Amino acid sequence: MQTNQLLLIFCSVLLILGLIAFFVGRSKAARLRASGSSMYAQPDQYAWFAVLSTAGPAVLVGVLGAFVLLLLGAEIHPLYLLSASLVVAAAGLAVGVVQVRADFHARKAIERVIRWVLAGAALISIFTTFGILISIIFESLRFFKMHSFWEFITGTTWNPGASFLAAAGRGDGSGAEFGSVPLFAGTFMITLIAMLVAVPIGLASAIYMSEYAPTKVRTIAKPLLEVLAGIPTVVYGFFAAITVAPIIVNIAGFFGLDASYNNAVAPGIVMGIMIIPFISSLSDDVINAVPDSMRQGSLALGMTKGETIRDVVVPAALPGVISASLLGMSRALGETMIVVMAAGMRPNLTANPLEDMTTVTVRIVAALTGDQEFESAETLSAFALGLVLFAVTLTLNLVSVIMIRRFREKYRVNNL
Amino acid sequence: MSDSFDQISQQLKRRHRKSARLKWLSMGALGLAGLFLLWFFTDMLIKGLPAFQQAYVETEISYSEEAAKDARQAIDSDLIPIVSRTEIRSIPLLLRNEPDRIGSRETRWLLANSEVDQYLKGHRSKLSDKEIATVERLVASGQVEQKFNSTFFTQGDSKTAESAGILSAVVGTIMTMIVTLAIAFPIGVMTAIYLEEFAPDNRFTQLIEININNLAAIPSILFGLLGLAIFINFFGVPRSSPLVGGMTLALMTLPVIIISTRTALRSVPESIRHAAFGLGCSRWQVVKDHVLPLAMPGIMTGSIIGLAQAMGETAPLIIVGMVAFIPDVGASFTEAATVMPAQIFTWASEPEKAFVEKTAGGILVLLTILISLNASAVVLRKKFERRW
Repeated sequence: MQTNQLLLIFCSVLLILGLIAFFVGRSKAARLRASGSSMYAQPDQYAWFAVLSTAGPAVLVGVLGAFVLLLLGAEIHPLYLLSASLVVAAAGLAVGVVQVRADFHARKAIERVIRWVLAGAALISIFTTFGILISIIFESLRFFKMHSFWEFITGTTWNPGASFLAAAGRGDGSGAEFGSVPLFAGTFMITLIAMLVAVPIGLASAIYMSEYAPTKVRTIAKPLLEVLAGIPTVVYGFFAAITVAPIIVNIAGFFGLDASYNNAVAPGIVMGIMIIPFISSLSDDVINAVPDSMRQGSLALGMTKGETIRDVVVPAALPGVISASLLGMSRALGETMIVVMAAGMRPNLTANPLEDMTTVTVRIVAALTGDQEFESAETLSAFALGLVLFAVTLTLNLVSVIMIRRFREKYRVNNL
Repeated sequence: MSDSFDQISQQLKRRHRKSARLKWLSMGALGLAGLFLLWFFTDMLIKGLPAFQQAYVETEISYSEEAAKDARQAIDSDLIPIVSRTEIRSIPLLLRNEPDRIGSRETRWLLANSEVDQYLKGHRSKLSDKEIATVERLVASGQVEQKFNSTFFTQGDSKTAESAGILSAVVGTIMTMIVTLAIAFPIGVMTAIYLEEFAPDNRFTQLIEININNLAAIPSILFGLLGLAIFINFFGVPRSSPLVGGMTLALMTLPVIIISTRTALRSVPESIRHAAFGLGCSRWQVVKDHVLPLAMPGIMTGSIIGLAQAMGETAPLIIVGMVAFIPDVGASFTEAATVMPAQIFTWASEPEKAFVEKTAGGILVLLTILISLNASAVVLRKKFERRW
């Protein structure tokens, strides 16, 4: 039998049992109350308790059993699992109905169960992080068994071609080289260009919005800026490749320079524009949170408004501004679609942003969308790249959180 | 004495000029961002709007015996390079299904070849001089016309540009979003309720909190790696399906929903809880009957924004294989499907010029949906905004 058929049977039987539990539980409680005994809870609460005691253990058995099945392979027949969990459900139904007594705290019992369910839901986010970590680390280790970690970190040639042949049964893959330095160089080059666009524009717009702009302009400009962050990155990628890249090539040609259509400047600029709202909105919050007494002090000493902003407000907000920039940087490092569509595929170790170069995320996508076996070194290399990406962005995020916390403590702001 | 006054007033003038310069500079930066937004949208409109118009050819089709075997016999040989190949190919199939048509003639508007379409729109095309002459003649006699491109909205993807449509991607998006919401919304709201209303402030809850903030900042492509390694390779969820795509996106959307739900719950004043507790409600009853209904508009806005974000996401979906070529509209959650951003990505990598227009057209559709989603979130927030 198919898994989804089993699931369907399980759900429908459980639903029927649950309905039985509800109505039997409620009618029993109602009868008890009608007979005049003073109850600890409402009939509906007894009914819900009966439902919970029917479905809860059964679902638990089902889920745990499914996990065990998956981990051990199909050594137990799934049908046994189904019947086991349904037996548990029936037992739960019996227990739930028997428990409907005048001296039973049904409400408290429900409360306890709900508390556990809610806590269980909260655990999912932890599972997700662990899931990401485990899946990446596990597959990376398999990669590092085939190719040395040192070569991966310091090698300057990324040439997985030979491993493709090995996976296809030709050659032994000895010629494959996985040196990630050119990929990281490309990633940092594009990130650098993005930050050169995003930080000045983002910071300056934040200064304008929090220090100069009338409220009317502010209420219009802020959501408009947010639109930039809401545009899907695949759209930005198309824009960078189709509209911006040819312009860059033309401009470079005007100055007598030779630019590739997959140059690093186009995705860099577009990525920078995408990041502007992240930087401006956090900087705006931080600048607003700088206490007014500092501005008043500065103005009282005869400073102009510009000098106050430049020499007092911005330096005071600096930890927040740096934090915003780091957050933007981590976005740029992990950004995929813009570079997949507008940057090149060729690992190229160069300092010239007009040449084509590739990034970590581009290679991850390239490695996982080819028609390769999953076991091949090239596919697994995607996870090794992912691991480094995870480590770098995590560090940037943590540093950013620490910076903003320092700012908050210094000026005692609550809303950051 | 007057010298130093002069000096100071000179200095002051300079300082005020500098101050004004900062104002104009910062204003310029904001203007630059605005200009970019303007440029972006006009560029997309200019590139995408032509996709909603398509050239059609009025063609006389003769359903003869020969046409049932060789469709090229059905129409005038002059028109063969002009009419879309997909239209010609469908004739034998039509005759097989309805054999009594054989022997009849019919005049219909057929899709034109994408090269004709591009030529009429003033783009470069690969038409020969002879074909161009035919097209010009037909345009003059009103037999070739630009009409509203309904194919774009009623068909799935195709390898021929003129008959490629976005419908299968729209349906795939809807199915994927159903899965995403069905997972992320309950879990997100439950997590937020636990953290705001139930959890004691201890190491465990702090760990969860740090974790959620961290998850919100993890690059989306890593969620794709998670989906590939755990959902597909470990649990055996079918690749390219709305199920696996939706599950992956759900984990990504979870932090957005949790964070916005917490804000919504926190904005419900304590007095409401105190009153409910005072009447003898249990904690869960307070949450279920009082706090949650009051926080619902805020939760909805947050979820809509999270949904809009998930709808525009491509990178993790590419990793779990949602870039397949899907000409048919999907029927189940476990079949291969594609979503709008992935469709845009696929079209963008087609070499044919006519697909550029399709890509931009698809982008316009996607942006329209996303902007209306975000606008509805804003409206919802405005409507239910409440000062306690």
